[in-house]
Amino acid sequence: MLFYIFAAVTVIGSLIVVSQRNPVYSLISLVGAFFGLCGLYVLLEAPFLAVVQIIVYAGAIMVLFLFVVMVLNVPREDAAEWDRAHPLYRPMAVRVGGALAVLLALEFAWALSRTAGLSAGVGDEKPAVSSVAELGRVLFTDYMFAFEVTSILIIAAMVGAVVIARKREE
Amino acid sequence: MPIGHYLVLSGLLFSIGAAGVFLRRNLITLLMSVEIMLNAVNLTFVAFGRQIGEVDGQIITFFVMTVAAAEAAVGLALVIGLFRHRESLNPEAFTTLKW
Repeated sequence: MLFYIFAAVTVIGSLIVVSQRNPVYSLISLVGAFFGLCGLYVLLEAPFLAVVQIIVYAGAIMVLFLFVVMVLNVPREDAAEWDRAHPLYRPMAVRVGGALAVLLALEFAWALSRTAGLSAGVGDEKPAVSSVAELGRVLFTDYMFAFEVTSILIIAAMVGAVVIARKREE
Repeated sequence: MPIGHYLVLSGLLFSIGAAGVFLRRNLITLLMSVEIMLNAVNLTFVAFGRQIGEVDGQIITFFVMTVAAAEAAVGLALVIGLFRHRESLNPEAFTTLKW
């Protein structure tokens, strides 16, 4: 029952993100969708991940987005421009895009039809590993290299963002 | 709750995100749609990780979140730089790389 509530929150939030013209409303509903996902993580017995989802996504990344929306101060998409230049009004683009969408749907259906044990409950057979201690142990032993590479990635992204967004002096 | 439900939900979210990337004409909304797609994949990782009783699904999700944060930072910096040049967020305005 809870699953359906959280799933509905997530899907409706995502739909509003995609359909809303005003980026601020999109952002707020995206935060709502992330809260729905957080609930799903709790149902999957990953409580630490649920907390990280809220702190990192709803806290850090969404505030970054909100900053940019408010700094640039472009409240909404231009409706006239939408009508004039949107790819949906180009017949060739619509045909190729429609074919790709059908292909994607077929792939999903094919993958789901070939997956065995879909009706078995999640985690009915195996106990959950949800302790933060176990998570940290695996992260700092088996995934040590990936962890260190991630820190380099973050430094590179931070320096890159500062360099790109800086005002040119010349 | 059967794992098929999680997979269908994840596929639905991914499709919504992909549709957003293709249909929207606003760079910021485009980046948000990418975040939706990344989160759909995260949900699959966690659901399968729970199914097989291993912690790896959650670990991969951490890495995806880190990459998403880096991507958002660089992407938004690019959006700011582009907006300074063209006063527009429409990707159609950036069809030439040099100006």
